[in-house]
Amino acid sequence: MTVWLTDVSVFSTEALQASCNGVAYNRPFIESFEETPMLVAVLTYMGYGILTIFGYLRDFLRDWKIEKCHIAREREEQKEFVPLYQDFENFYTRNLYMRIRDSWNRPICSVPGPKMDLVERVSHDYNWTFEHTGKVVKDVINLGSYNYLGFAENSGPCAEAAAEVTEKYGVGVASTRQEMGNLDKHEELEQLVARFLGVESAMVFGMGFATNSMNIPALTGKGCLILSDELNHTSLVLGARLSGSTIRVFKHNNMQSLEKLLRDAIVHGQPRTHRPWKKILIVVEGIYSMEGSIVRLPEVIALKKRYKAYLYLDEAHSIGALGPRGGGVLDYFGLDPRDVDIMMGTFTKSFGAAGGYIGGRKELIDYLRTQSHSAAYATSMSPPIAQQIIASMKCIMGEDGTTIGRERLRQLAENTAYFRRRLREDGFIIYGNNDSPVIPVMLYMPAKIGAFGREMLKRNIGVVVVGFPATPIIESRARFCVSAAHTREMLDTALSVLSEVGDLLQVKYSQHRTQPPMYRAFHDTSYEDADN
Amino acid sequence: MASGQQWVLVEMVQAFYEAPAYHLILEGILILWIIRLLFSKTYKLQERSDLTEKEKEELIEEWQPEPLVPPVSKDHPSLNYDIVTGPPSHKIIVNGKECINFASFNFLGLLDNERVKKKALASLKKYGVGTCGPRGFYGTFDVHLELEDRLAKFMRTEEAIIYSYGFATIASAIPAYSKRGDIVFVDEAACFSIQKGLQASRSFIKYFKHNDMDDLERLLKEQELEDQKNPRKARVTRRFIVVEGLYINTGDVCPLPDLVNLKYKYKVRIFLEESMSFGVLGEHGRGVTEHFGVNIDDIDLISANMENAVASVGGFCCGRSFVIDHQRLSGQGYCFSASLPPMLAAAAIEALNIMEEDPEIFTILREKCRHVHKALQGIPGLKVVGEAFTPALHLQLEKSSGSRDTDGKTLRSIVQYCLERQIALTLARYLEKEERFLPPPTIRVVVTVEQTEEEIEKAAGLIREAALTVLK
Repeated sequence: MTVWLTDVSVFSTEALQASCNGVAYNRPFIESFEETPMLVAVLTYMGYGILTIFGYLRDFLRDWKIEKCHIAREREEQKEFVPLYQDFENFYTRNLYMRIRDSWNRPICSVPGPKMDLVERVSHDYNWTFEHTGKVVKDVINLGSYNYLGFAENSGPCAEAAAEVTEKYGVGVASTRQEMGNLDKHEELEQLVARFLGVESAMVFGMGFATNSMNIPALTGKGCLILSDELNHTSLVLGARLSGSTIRVFKHNNMQSLEKLLRDAIVHGQPRTHRPWKKILIVVEGIYSMEGSIVRLPEVIALKKRYKAYLYLDEAHSIGALGPRGGGVLDYFGLDPRDVDIMMGTFTKSFGAAGGYIGGRKELIDYLRTQSHSAAYATSMSPPIAQQIIASMKCIMGEDGTTIGRERLRQLAENTAYFRRRLREDGFIIYGNNDSPVIPVMLYMPAKIGAFGREMLKRNIGVVVVGFPATPIIESRARFCVSAAHTREMLDTALSVLSEVGDLLQVKYSQHRTQPPMYRAFHDTSYEDADN
Repeated sequence: MASGQQWVLVEMVQAFYEAPAYHLILEGILILWIIRLLFSKTYKLQERSDLTEKEKEELIEEWQPEPLVPPVSKDHPSLNYDIVTGPPSHKIIVNGKECINFASFNFLGLLDNERVKKKALASLKKYGVGTCGPRGFYGTFDVHLELEDRLAKFMRTEEAIIYSYGFATIASAIPAYSKRGDIVFVDEAACFSIQKGLQASRSFIKYFKHNDMDDLERLLKEQELEDQKNPRKARVTRRFIVVEGLYINTGDVCPLPDLVNLKYKYKVRIFLEESMSFGVLGEHGRGVTEHFGVNIDDIDLISANMENAVASVGGFCCGRSFVIDHQRLSGQGYCFSASLPPMLAAAAIEALNIMEEDPEIFTILREKCRHVHKALQGIPGLKVVGEAFTPALHLQLEKSSGSRDTDGKTLRSIVQYCLERQIALTLARYLEKEERFLPPPTIRVVVTVEQTEEEIEKAAGLIREAALTVLK
């Protein structure tokens, strides 16, 4: 039961710098993905096995009408048609997902801030249907919403600015960017985004998902190669598929795998014809939301320069959440924005709005203005949303005359460090980089997914749990998103409840707990305190 | 059974003792060889390259990629956008000039409706702006559930599902049902979002000529013959027809009753895209099913965006729970994307309220459409493309010069002429390299309930003038 930690600089930062392909990192890069304990893995597989057997049994009972069937059925008139769904496609949904369905899609009726109000719902038929009791569960600590800088608020300068714009402009746009939907607000926002990112020019879109799926096809096509990380988001995968390029996947955050693929691609060219590739595009994300890991950007940029590839960086979770000025991964590593060809991100997470952007050189943005699917066919961003982004971005940059932005960035970094340290001390297995505000806590067993969500809700904490197919089948987890709006008391409450539930459900799997400082023997220098 | 096996075993052991030594040695070597092959590393053919390290380095040095993007000329027609200052309402300020809006899809004039704005403001004060999460992770607000409920009731279906972006609605719905190996019959004039949905689904796509039911029947008959050759495969191949209620590219309506007949005759499911016809056609604005009096349960899925008549942002799909519920786990634009901001959902609910309270508005809109259609007839050099009751018409050149660029420039000068004299029009925009059946360049004329008779007459007169001036 050996523990394998990747690149944990627990001994010294020099050791890390030497090991990273000769590329100097300006800060310690500490990531850990503790291996699944053997016993836990075996029990998890057994758990899934038992659930599958019961699934078959229940399907059998439903077929023979011994058990009441709640599943919606096809119309009588269309019984002869080819069935719309294959039975085995929905096996997982019917028999596993339905049992713990109450952990997801929980309706809320307040601002998704650090505390929220949930609509109480009950199920009398084991999660097949839900009823709203009419009551509201108040002040649930929110550890699930992507509210990194706390801009999800209904009062304050951003909300007031958005309210003004709603009065003046209304809510809809009813036209595309290329036709009559290009408002002055969009132009203002694009200039601000370009300034924030430090690039020449930027373009905004109405939906973050669509930004990826509609612009990657405009940039690459047949005869191009896309090298995409194993754990890239669905929107990136969809965009890559729609583009028609060849896609090759490299191991998650593994620079040797990426370099090998690059060398092979350039040396051997396209498969079978061996013609040279037209372009090679490396697609990575800033923070991977299911793992909590940060991309090794200095190494990726070094590789990209050496092999003349282009880099597409999706900063959906990292923009605003990393870096001393909130500039994302580039700010965090202290790199030059001109090194990244295409900087993409979304406004949903740190800016409390909706939509996405792409930033880069002027030629790139001009090309996208003419060729992006979104510019020609999709409605542009709604004006109050654009105003919310303008107001929050100015606040982060400090241009609104206050230090609120700087305060929040500092608070987020502090909260992240504190939360991660305490979780590790308590004995949970957490994945990801020490500085990432996304914190996955491993649960592994399917029953614990449902139990964890429910127990935490009973104690007034709202968490997000994820299982298959978003994660590998035995690696189910609970994912916490720390926010700058969380106060120390809220985090302490959450941590004590977590410890309680962790003991109850026995999810404190970590086999190597770091002792809190006061219990350490004075000569023990093998563990460096994570926050200096 | 057991005794038979035992007997075979005894025989085997006997044979072993009686075999000659060389036989046994040969067998032993073969077994060892098999074990070695099983455990040796497989070699990939691609890596069997005869290049040395030095040659590889040279190849890497020499390789030059294409530039990331090709250069765009400064006067590319889609590069310089018209800038709208202020709200895109009936009186719109384009490039600094106040004009009457004949270009935004604001059919029911709800973009600057006071009630809608008030509801959106109230929602903003309660929920803030963004939802900070997808539907599965605390991104489901009670407003979303209310909107889905209201839409289902309005359209008289069992269930509805909302998306946060109009384009993504049908583009996520189609791949949720139609997978590799399934067959989809699509009209040639289908809009771009349908084409992207089809591309993402990896199914077999068969195009039939626009609104040509005979062509569709021919394709269906061909498919039937194919099925008879391979009935086992046919039993698991799903078939779909995807059509639009009112086509955005040609302005005409699909022959829905004929389609429903074909549906039951050949056992294909119908997906109907109603972005342009929702809130326009039908006595109560329920779309093309109400227009033709077709039972809504006969259509498997109706998809529409809320960015035209409803004047909000986003889209929805409605139909029976059997069909719609599937998208809650397999619609990519639903599961992996943040949900619709609550203020936009509240605006949509208020718009639905207005639509339900005052069904007269649809009759008025259709009257205006007829008026505009008539007023634009007979302009020398331009012909009107679209039916009399469609709110989004196209004006196409009667005689094309042969080059798309030149046609585009001509139409742009007509639009410019009108913009300078305070009528806002726009060219219909397409991505020339991406469309499957590229429509010819046209001017888009949009009718809204807020346009008065004088404004319509003025617009028609100006277009006539412009056509005479430019097309001399």
